Amino acid sequence: MYNKTVMDHFRNPRNVGVIEDPDGIGEVGNPLCGDMMTIYLKVENECIEDIKFQTFGCGSAIAVSSMLTEIAKGKTIEAAKRITNKDVAKALEGLPKNKLHCSNLGADALQMAIKDYEDRKIGKTRPAPKRVDKHEHSHGDKCYCPYCDIEIQEGATFCDACQSSLEEEH
Amino acid sequence: MTIINLDHISSNPLLPEVKTAMIEAIQMDYANPSSQHKKGEQAADVLESARESVAKLINCAVAKEVVFTSGGTESVNHAIKGVAMANAEKGKHIVTSNIEHSAVIRSIRRLKSLGYKVTSVSVDEYGQVNPQDVADAITDDTILVSIMHSNNVTGTIQPIEEIGKITTEKKTILHVDAVDSVGVVPIDVQALGVNLLSFAANPFYGPTGVGGLYIRRGTRIFPLLDGGVQENNKRGGTENLIGIIGMGVAAELARRNMDSRLLHTFKLKEKLLEELPNYIDEYIVNTHPEFSLPNLLSISIKYIEGESVMLMLDDDNIAVSTRSACATGSLRASHVLLSIGLSHADAQGTLVISLGIDNRQEDIMAFLKSLKKVVTTLRDISPLYKKTSRV
Repeated sequence: MYNKTVMDHFRNPRNVGVIEDPDGIGEVGNPLCGDMMTIYLKVENECIEDIKFQTFGCGSAIAVSSMLTEIAKGKTIEAAKRITNKDVAKALEGLPKNKLHCSNLGADALQMAIKDYEDRKIGKTRPAPKRVDKHEHSHGDKCYCPYCDIEIQEGATFCDACQSSLEEEH
Repeated sequence: MTIINLDHISSNPLLPEVKTAMIEAIQMDYANPSSQHKKGEQAADVLESARESVAKLINCAVAKEVVFTSGGTESVNHAIKGVAMANAEKGKHIVTSNIEHSAVIRSIRRLKSLGYKVTSVSVDEYGQVNPQDVADAITDDTILVSIMHSNNVTGTIQPIEEIGKITTEKKTILHVDAVDSVGVVPIDVQALGVNLLSFAANPFYGPTGVGGLYIRRGTRIFPLLDGGVQENNKRGGTENLIGIIGMGVAAELARRNMDSRLLHTFKLKEKLLEELPNYIDEYIVNTHPEFSLPNLLSISIKYIEGESVMLMLDDDNIAVSTRSACATGSLRASHVLLSIGLSHADAQGTLVISLGIDNRQEDIMAFLKSLKKVVTTLRDISPLYKKTSRV
């Protein structure tokens, strides 16, 4: 199901843990599919000196978290802001299509941690953790049937390919 | 490499006797059982002898009540759609439960789109249906009640006999999806009072791709597969004789060895339940303490996700099944787990451990040891675990 790189990061996740007194925290969760991720940042001279994560989720969610922290570590805040879901998925040499949403979670958590860092700098309090309750697009602009992975029309309530009802998804 | 198989609910190995019988069957080059010549009659004899063995396993009044199918899914589709089509003029209401297998759910959903009305009864914390709820749901328009015998996620067994009394009294057809029960626990279709019962060969160590539908004499039902007059005019298509021969042998052995198999797996399950708290904490047992399959235990381990657990156990050569949303194609929590009242997060940590005749006590101990390690590793990564322990 998963490729070697994904399995390596799942089996030996890098940068697991908590940073005490972090400069930024990003927390994202998706109760619908159940993944939750927390990213902690230590920033020195506008550079990510240390980054750690905690993740509740499947193999790909853990691998994404691990790879994300590897990519972000040592980068300047400005460079880290440009890290996208695609970068993480690409570095992992691909994820199963129905697991691509996990890479969103990773980049979202990082961007939230950076935002938190910048807010703290100007004295703002931490924003409440983002909770995604509704269907959200996780593969870029396109929408896929969660049952058969065939591309479907935005807002479709029925998948013509597998005859699944999609009313709950939209 | 030896794999410890604790995922018998997904697949079972064929018994050596079944393999031998099937290989012999291949070499026999059987003809079409419907042919009237000698070779055809020879094939028909073998077919009917397998039917006898299967019919005995579930205590049919006559062997002809067994219709061979391609497996549990076909049987379920046949039962539900066949009854709906044959009885549409009588009524268009179906009663079912919230925890059925997708074969039942999707068959009924298809009928819904064709104008049938459906009432789905809820279940308790272990996934048991209250027979009174079924009685209350039946109306004058009800043509079918479809409730499963045992659930493949929780292992919980339903009070079918009581439901059978209700449907008999109300003259409603009762279909029971007993795919995970037949050949595993004693099933007596007459005592249960069912009209239709779906089952498959693999749960009792027969081949995949073959199953059966019990159709009690006098039950109004149309074929799902229209074609020739095979299977007493109830299922068109030349029979899968090699598979059916394998199923017949497996049924015979399941009947003869039922008690010893039951005891064997039940002892292992007891051991597992007893030892579990010595290895992990904070988990929910989803399986009914009394009314459940002897070979299945379903637990939800808090703060971690099942697919990760499954993958890490797989690294230790232990095969289990998970029902986390992440592991399903739909990325949604199992409807069964939500129906028994689990939260989305707790449902995520669900493992289904299913035992078989090939398992030994050492397997249980190896699993527990590995599970402890995996749970610790994943909880160390989990933000939920830390949060809860901080509170």
